[in-house]
Amino acid sequence: MSQITNILVCGVGGQGVMTATEILAEAAISLGFDVKKTEVAGMSQRGGVVTSHLRFGRVVLSPQIVPGEADLLIGFESAEALRWSHMLRPGGVALVNSGRIVPPVVNLGLFDYPEDPVARMRALGLTVHAFDATSLALELGNIRLGNTVMLGACADRLPFPAEVLRDAVLARFGTRKPQLVEANREAFEAGRRAVAGEAKAV
Amino acid sequence: MPATQPVPAAARLFLSGNDAVARAVWEAGTRVAAAYPGTPSTEILEVLARYPDLYTEWSVNEKVALEVALGASMVGARAFCAMKHVGLNVASDALMTITVTGTEGGLVIAVADDVGMSSSQNEQDSRYWGRFAHVPVLEPADSQEAYAMTLAAFDLSERLKSPVILRLTTRICHVKGVVQTGGRIEHEPAGFVKDPRHWVMVPGNAKPRLPSMFQREAAARAEAEASPLNFQLEGSDRRIGFVTSGPTFMHVRDAFPDAPVFKLGLSCPPPLESLRAFAATVDAVLVVEETEPLLETEMKAAGIVCHGKDVLPRIGELAPDVLEPAVRRLRGEAVPEPEHVPPQQVFPRPPTMCVACPHLGVYYTLSQMRNVLISGDIGCYTLGAGHPWNALDTCISMGASMGTALGMDKGRGKVDENKKVVAVIGDSTFMHMGMQGLLDITWNRGNVTVLLLDNRAVGMTGGQDNPGTGRDIHGEETQRVDFAKLCEALGVKKDRIRVVDPYQLPVLFKALREETKIEEPSVIITNRPCVLIDHYEPAKSYMVEEDRCTGCGNCVEVGCPAIHVTRRGKEVKASGKEVDLSFVRIETSACTGCGLCVQPCAPEAIVHAQPVQSIHSVQFVRK
Repeated sequence: MSQITNILVCGVGGQGVMTATEILAEAAISLGFDVKKTEVAGMSQRGGVVTSHLRFGRVVLSPQIVPGEADLLIGFESAEALRWSHMLRPGGVALVNSGRIVPPVVNLGLFDYPEDPVARMRALGLTVHAFDATSLALELGNIRLGNTVMLGACADRLPFPAEVLRDAVLARFGTRKPQLVEANREAFEAGRRAVAGEAKAV
Repeated sequence: MPATQPVPAAARLFLSGNDAVARAVWEAGTRVAAAYPGTPSTEILEVLARYPDLYTEWSVNEKVALEVALGASMVGARAFCAMKHVGLNVASDALMTITVTGTEGGLVIAVADDVGMSSSQNEQDSRYWGRFAHVPVLEPADSQEAYAMTLAAFDLSERLKSPVILRLTTRICHVKGVVQTGGRIEHEPAGFVKDPRHWVMVPGNAKPRLPSMFQREAAARAEAEASPLNFQLEGSDRRIGFVTSGPTFMHVRDAFPDAPVFKLGLSCPPPLESLRAFAATVDAVLVVEETEPLLETEMKAAGIVCHGKDVLPRIGELAPDVLEPAVRRLRGEAVPEPEHVPPQQVFPRPPTMCVACPHLGVYYTLSQMRNVLISGDIGCYTLGAGHPWNALDTCISMGASMGTALGMDKGRGKVDENKKVVAVIGDSTFMHMGMQGLLDITWNRGNVTVLLLDNRAVGMTGGQDNPGTGRDIHGEETQRVDFAKLCEALGVKKDRIRVVDPYQLPVLFKALREETKIEEPSVIITNRPCVLIDHYEPAKSYMVEEDRCTGCGNCVEVGCPAIHVTRRGKEVKASGKEVDLSFVRIETSACTGCGLCVQPCAPEAIVHAQPVQSIHSVQFVRK
């Protein structure tokens, strides 16, 4: 099953993890791939952990990515990226939003937030491209552009042209509000630039 | 630059298992579909409600949903109901007699088991109901099969005049895949045929019908032996042949592409002769089923030698990473060390209540009370058991807060005699199965204070409507339950019913203190809506004036996720006692101005925020 691409997207409920994976799936479907997507997100709307598995290729059977087989790990939040590090295959790539979402259990002093999740991932020998997608989205004027920024960041690491993903992003937002198209185009390109120079297809 | 291709034609859609079931229910010409929301089944009815040509409803509970579907079947219409696994426990009273009457129009019951327990109070295997009620069970393995088997289930139901269970799991409901779909074929109801011997199940009528269950079961078994839904895949590696059903089929195929597989779609009654023939062609058989050893036990009883739960776990999902090492051990092979990095220890991130959730005030208040036994229920408010409130002592099943509270009250001994018994239940759960418990409390003179949290939504499953919202499944206006009047009708004295704004902490605290002192049943109804529903209106947000914050941490105890600790410190009190300090800020962009945190803030450091300021991280993005 080596022709299957495995992408694991992780984050916190409310960040748009599932929507982003849905757009990745739409891009893969537009190219005729068989696609399966699965989530573990029972109570995620309540600020819990969210992961979304995307698998595409000629024929996809199990929808689940098993530990050690993700080609790409897209972390919408840095501690969440660390939590799911074991899902990456040897040689896989992690794209991580270095922005943090501190949960109530940390605020209450019951647990500590890791000092530097990205450094810990690198210390494990993982290839990590990290940047502050949240701040980038805010600079572009809307925190909700964060997931488009993250999609832009992974666009040059897919087994298909970045433009296919970009068009899937724009198609989704364009149908709702035309003025969002330009903002999302900018956000997508900003994400691409943030990790440029390190591009390598999976 | 290559453009994305146009949206795939209506025939090839990217659907979740729930979407696929809904699509097929519509295509099957179904006239009536009913459900009570429950993860992971909720979206089936949400999606169906958007289709034309059929009647859909949220029912008050799963038993009513099944009865509504049965009524439609009685008049000859195709009918459908959906529920989560625990819902079928509620509906089982009806099911166990529907299997005696049989059905007229095709009747399909979709039941979704939460294998892996992403959002449930237990993990149970609904395939047992097929055996218990002598009805066929279909088990799809992905969205395409969920679609095809739903259509097949209606045909099977009409051939056998039996309800058919469509058994889904979380890994079917919430997995999206590409599905080839079709169009709707109408089924005009044949009409109700008055026949007491068929539909009036008194002993004299029911007894002669009992053998029909077993005749039908024999017919279903013959179908299962011949059904294309049960098939065999050849494989070159004949050391182990796998018997699978449901999503485990895909996992087995992924993990062992060269192994022979017997795949069960119509898994109850099991096609034992076909399985016996399959077993004869392989060295050993491993039954891979979620979650109980049902097929395994039946095969062993039929004399088919097989492995199952002796090598595989009895709980949780049987994904490839679980199957591979187990099969290696069965073959006597070493299990290699993984090459990938090991799982990393990171703080837990349990689900929490939303910013400005009206339940925050309730749990903050309960957490400040001493000597209370708090009997809880199923819904968002179950989260009150977590930090920082730790103010929920039990959670069992829908409506159980009422009965368990009464039982605690009646059963307590000297050690608990000074404690107050409080039950906490949401609006929808109260109407689902709580009302009868309250009636039992009033009838039997229980000393219980009920907190009825009316947030005008089935919150945990996504804010669906219920009889307390005054809107139906389509969002259209209908009659609305008056909870105060309802509680009064159930026997609570008018003076013992209070309606309280949960954002007014002193009022709530006073009401709770007074009602728990009076030794008779009382109900405190909170009246603020869920923050996630469309009708919620945010107020002006707050911020912390840093130089006035003394670090007392009272606001943190409210538990609102918009409050963040910026730094910690220590202070030595005059008494010599050292206390921890937590200085805070408020995520102003997330704050909706409910004002709960303002109330326990002694130095008045929390004030209305200036318009829009830069923030660094997201908390909740509301639709």
